[in-house]
Parts: sequence; structure tokens; C-alpha cells
Amino acid sequence: MFIKNDAIILTMCLAIPGKVVKIEGKIAIVDYGGVRREARIDFVPDVKVGDYVVVHTGFAIEKLSEEEALLSIDAWNEILGGGE
Amino acid sequence: MRFPDARKVIEAIRKEASRLGREVKFMDVCGTHEDTINRGGIRTLLPENVKIFAGPGCPVCITPVEDIVAMMEIARKRDMIVTTFGDMYRIPTPRGSFADFRASGHDVRVVYSIYDAYKIAKETDKLVVHFSPGFETTTAPTAGMLRQVVEDGMENFKIYSVHRLTPPAVEFLLNEGAVFDGLITPGHVSAIIGVQGWEYLTKEYGIPQVISGFEPLDVLISILMLLRMLNEDRKDIENEYTRVVKYEGNVEAMKSIGEFFEVRDAKWRALGVIPKSGLFLKDKYAHLDIRSEVAVEIPEMPDLEAGCRCGEVLRGLILPRECPLFGRVCTPEQPVGPCMVSYEGTCNIFYKYAGLLG
Repeated sequence: MFIKNDAIILTMCLAIPGKVVKIEGKIAIVDYGGVRREARIDFVPDVKVGDYVVVHTGFAIEKLSEEEALLSIDAWNEILGGGE
Repeated sequence: MRFPDARKVIEAIRKEASRLGREVKFMDVCGTHEDTINRGGIRTLLPENVKIFAGPGCPVCITPVEDIVAMMEIARKRDMIVTTFGDMYRIPTPRGSFADFRASGHDVRVVYSIYDAYKIAKETDKLVVHFSPGFETTTAPTAGMLRQVVEDGMENFKIYSVHRLTPPAVEFLLNEGAVFDGLITPGHVSAIIGVQGWEYLTKEYGIPQVISGFEPLDVLISILMLLRMLNEDRKDIENEYTRVVKYEGNVEAMKSIGEFFEVRDAKWRALGVIPKSGLFLKDKYAHLDIRSEVAVEIPEMPDLEAGCRCGEVLRGLILPRECPLFGRVCTPEQPVGPCMVSYEGTCNIFYKYAGLLG
């Protein structure tokens, strides 16, 4: 199921989305759909390999889990449903 | 689990807009939102009575010319490597841009992140000075990097902070008499300062807000949420970007910004001095600011060339097409004003996506 939703998360949810594939101290290696870059994780101290992070100018500013991303899709559908 | 259909959202927007029965104007204050709105052709999808204007959402556009010139003067006085971001590098001033400065033989390097500037400093004995513009989302990385510099005991890394805060700029526009019916609140600034950082604008000024993500669907849903609030006569702040933005923001990042920076009144190019809108290093960390070591006197300079309407664009008073220079004299290759240079500048974005405007 996650694989299926991966595409959604990558194309729909984030400005610069990336998946953490490795962590060393305050530096993570983040995978952006195949392209890997370093990102500082000073501000997301509890980030784990496999989490998604929003990266702005080389720093992860927030992490998000699969559940959080999917919950927001639920919320969207609720907003739409509520208007009808 | 089903992803909402954009057509359904647009349909719902049309319904709410016709129920409202008057013209409404929403403002965004983030270059990335403006990019999304243009890229998605969103203005053309909206009903006639729903207008979107762009506010001062471009940090390098509003960086004072005097600060850019001061940085160059400082680098003339002392041997150093100046680093800054790619769009800052090309911003014009009456004394040229950083790109011109480099062409005249000075060591100016474009970096993607302040972390890259730090890495340059690690590998050289020379002084590295990062000219550091940006709103809260970029200030957090600066604070994080300074913490590392202090931990490392590095002496050859300093900054020139031209960081600015976003909510005071919106407040300034409201106090100046700007009229808009709702704010499309920037998601990544909010990732740092939280929903709580914006609440006072709704409480004190009665402006409805929706914190929005950056996909076209995010922005469409945010517009729908704003319209619904207006129809229900509610003045609230709502969060569309819940997958990233928490009520309290990023506590670690805020702690770090608070450790290093203090808030003072500060100038915004083409807008003037905005109360409590600038971030400056605290006395305790003054040694990390190049200005504490090299003093220069820069006279006040004109913000814009004659005819450039960047100031009105930044205030959300006009869209770029209303400027006679836009696309004719002023293009990304030959920019007249800062709004045409930056990837986050409204004029640059409108020029890039001109074909999608309808």
C-alpha cells in the first residue's frame, strides 16, 4: 500500500519531498525519487530512516510520516464532502 | 483512501463563490505559492469574482539595496569569500549586483544552503561571510548553522543577516490600508512559526487565513476553505497543510532562532521600514556578524529604477502585466527590478508561466 501511495506523496504532498535513507549525526542522506542529497537534520531530531522530510535550503524543517500524509487526504475529502 | 479530484474542488469553489455574490480578493505572501498558482493556471480556473494578489513573498526582492552595497564595500576592505544564494547574486542595485562584483575580481560564490558556505569555511583559512537573506524558513537553517559554528569554535565563518519576518509585513500592509478578504498563509514559514505565529493577525485584524501547502490542489482547497469561511461569516485561521504544519511550529527551530536573533525595526526594499520585522544577531553573538568587525557607511539609495513598479507588485496593488516595463524592457535576462530577478519574484514567475495565464 505504501508503494502505491509513494507516488502520491512524491507528486502531491511536498514542495521538495524526500525520503531519509541514511542518518549520520546531524546529516541525513535524502532521496528525492532517485537523486540523493545531504540534508541537515538539526531541527527534526527524532527523524528516522524511512521518514519523509521537507527540506528547505539544505535543512529538514519538518518530518512527516506516511500516516500524516494520508490523514490530510482524508481531511481534504471531508472538506469537499462537507460542501455538498 | 481517495485523492480528491481537482475538478470537484473547482466545482465547489464555483458554488461557494456564486453563493457569496460579490468580488473577493485573497492575498498570498509567498513566492512558492505564486509559482504554484501560475504553474497550475489557478487564476484562470477561478470564478470571475475571486481574485488572487501576490504580496511581499520574495525575501531577496525586499532586501535593502544599502545592505547589498554594504556587503560589497565590506568585502573591498577585507579579503574574504562572500557566499549567497543564486537569486540574491543577481539582484540589481545602483552599484551593481554581486554578479558584477564577482566579475570585477572579488570572490563571490553561489551556494544552495548556508551549510555549503560552512563547508567552504571548513576547508579554507580565509574568512567566509554568508550574506543571509530569507524569511523564517531560511532563518532557521542560519540559526542551526551558527549553533554548529559556535560548537566547532570556528573563527573564519560570519554572516551578514538580512533576515526578515513575514507576519509583520502582512500587518504593515493592513495598517497601510490594504484591503483583502483572506490570506493564503505560507506553509513553510508556518512549518517554523506554527499556526500560533499567525493567529494574532486574525484576532486583531479580523483577517481569515488558511495555511496552505504548495501543490495546486493545496491552494485550490485553501481557496475553497477561505470562501466557505466568508460564506459562514467566520474569521478564523485554518490549516490546510496539516501534514507539515503543527500548531506550535517547529519548536527546535524556534528555540534556535530565539537563541541567536533579536527582533528590530527593519527596512524592506520598496516598502520602507516595517516595525519589528528584522532579525539581527544578539549582542552575545555580535562577533558572528561581519558588521561588528568591518564598519562601512552607505548613503541611502533609490530602491528602484524610474518606472519600475516592483513596490506596487510587492504590496499586492497590481499584477506584473500592469507595469509598462514588464516583458518589454524588463525580462529575466535583463531585469530592471528585483521582482523580475528572483525565482520567488512575482514578475519573474509571471514571465516564466506567461503561456498559462489564458
